[in-house]
Amino acid sequence: MAVPAPTTIERDHRTDESVGSRRRSPVPLFLLIPAIAILLFGMGYPVVWQVITSFQKYGALQQLGGKAPDFVGLDNYIAVATSPTFWEVAVRSVIFCLVTALITVVIGMALALLMTRVHAGVRITLQIALLLAWAMPVVAAMTVWIWLFDRRRGVVNYLLDLIPGVDMNQFNWIGGEPFVFFIVASIIVTWMSVPFVAFSAYAGLTQVSTEMVEASQLDGATGWQRLRFIVLPIIRPVIMIVLLLNLIWDLRVFTQITMLQDAGSNSSDYDLLGTYIYKMGVAGLNFGQGAAMAIFVLALTIVLSWFYIRSLLKEDQV
Amino acid sequence: MSASAQLAPAAAPTRPGSSHPPAATPKRRRRGSAATWGWSILAIVVALIWVFPVYWMVNSSMLSSATLESFTPTFLPFGGSFANYRGVIDGSFFGALGISLSVTIIAVFFCLLFAFLASVAISRFRFRGRTTFVLAILIIQMLPAEGLFIAQYKMMSELGLLSNVFGLSLLYIAAVVPFTVWMLRGFVTGVPAELEEAAMVDGLSRTQAFMRITLPLLAPGLVASGVFAFLQCWNEFTVALVIMNAENQTLPLWLRGFVQQSSSRAIDWGEVMAASTIVAIPVIVFFVIVQGRMTSGLVAGAVKG
Repeated sequence: MAVPAPTTIERDHRTDESVGSRRRSPVPLFLLIPAIAILLFGMGYPVVWQVITSFQKYGALQQLGGKAPDFVGLDNYIAVATSPTFWEVAVRSVIFCLVTALITVVIGMALALLMTRVHAGVRITLQIALLLAWAMPVVAAMTVWIWLFDRRRGVVNYLLDLIPGVDMNQFNWIGGEPFVFFIVASIIVTWMSVPFVAFSAYAGLTQVSTEMVEASQLDGATGWQRLRFIVLPIIRPVIMIVLLLNLIWDLRVFTQITMLQDAGSNSSDYDLLGTYIYKMGVAGLNFGQGAAMAIFVLALTIVLSWFYIRSLLKEDQV
Repeated sequence: MSASAQLAPAAAPTRPGSSHPPAATPKRRRRGSAATWGWSILAIVVALIWVFPVYWMVNSSMLSSATLESFTPTFLPFGGSFANYRGVIDGSFFGALGISLSVTIIAVFFCLLFAFLASVAISRFRFRGRTTFVLAILIIQMLPAEGLFIAQYKMMSELGLLSNVFGLSLLYIAAVVPFTVWMLRGFVTGVPAELEEAAMVDGLSRTQAFMRITLPLLAPGLVASGVFAFLQCWNEFTVALVIMNAENQTLPLWLRGFVQQSSSRAIDWGEVMAASTIVAIPVIVFFVIVQGRMTSGLVAGAVKG
């Protein structure tokens, strides 16, 4: 790990030997009981419930009329898989996630490189600006961005209007074309996620030894070659981890999309997976199909997370 | 900031596209200064773009609605009026504040307690199933609320805990425990077990040694993890939206209410921005304090975003 985690592998080994004598003690299991109990309650049971419900007919009738849910086999999955709306939403979510995560990582990397090229004072100024953006609570950030993109008196339309030949007066960013809506969402999510990438990548860059870069310079490497063959390979693990994390996070942009829909339109043309599941399951009381879709999201997340966790375990022995 | 400052051994500015002979290297700094200035200007522009929404929130919150009605935005801080703040701090604000505070305090307390015990188990002991537990922790912390909220809603409605502070706290503890275990584990491992053993040689029992030697050394780690758990619970939106009703809102839901009104009637953006600022300021302060510890923790164990 390029960023020094609070633990080091050496220390772990040392602890290993010194606690070898406690190997058969029942104490650790008692220590784990509260954590395991709350996880089984808050996460374990919901996952199991969801798997079971995804095979049941569980709609408003069962919810309100007390009718026992019937097992219907794969019916919910078939209904979801044959619903064109679901596929539209799913494909849209995946594209949104890929595009936003890639843009975020590229901009974050570029800002980290920029930090290594400027005076310390400028670097700290940039870091403070990024830190403030990073610290903003999501809901507060969303209200500000909705105000910035406000149709009538938003700053974005005002500034774009100042450019000669551009007429953005009253341009409807949030309640108009779904495509424009998702561009706005992507800009906002990128703004929120770039600071984490930039800080992580910058920490990685400071591990690149100056000697190595200078040696390559002596050998006549150009700036691009130094970046491509020396700097990038060294910080590759960091980039991979932040990319994976951003992919996982950008799949779950529920808060951002919900708030943009509040300001714009509630139609399913503006839905991503999170908001669509919410409308289907919680608001629409179709628990069976909602659960089937949620399983899809869980599976997608676990596949992505698996790569992340594997790279994490490779770096840091548990 | 502190972490990045520590981590930065004055990264030497390297000029792009220079293929100068070796003689140029010692003078690189001075001769590269033109390029450095160019990059610096770019960096300042980027900093301004990134900080602008935060600035705009605070600036708008102090402007009167008449000023905000104008089609030409007021960019400079000409405000200085707190009328908008007086407008939003009403009964509904204090209600939401109370609920947010109760939920967060309950959740952080139990989360720290449970996570602390678990982190001691996995970093001080080797036992069967330990790796499985760590793996489970890592996987669970990646599970999205979007994939679970239907089941959590049903579960809470069956337990009669819908719109209940205690019910929401339970879900928050479960959601935040995994990351807290992972973060605390690093701190516990960082305190050498030898210190404890030395104290035991001097006649303390293991519990005494732990309480008197290890626990004080862990205090900073507990504070950092606690602040972190606080931020996650305080900012949480999705689960709160699913579990709580209109009468029992947490602060993020209260703030969302302002935007929801915007579709039905014209809203006073000054008041919305004042409300946003009230919600954001404590978070920003806490976040900046713990950020140093977090950058390292973050990459080592992801956070729910």
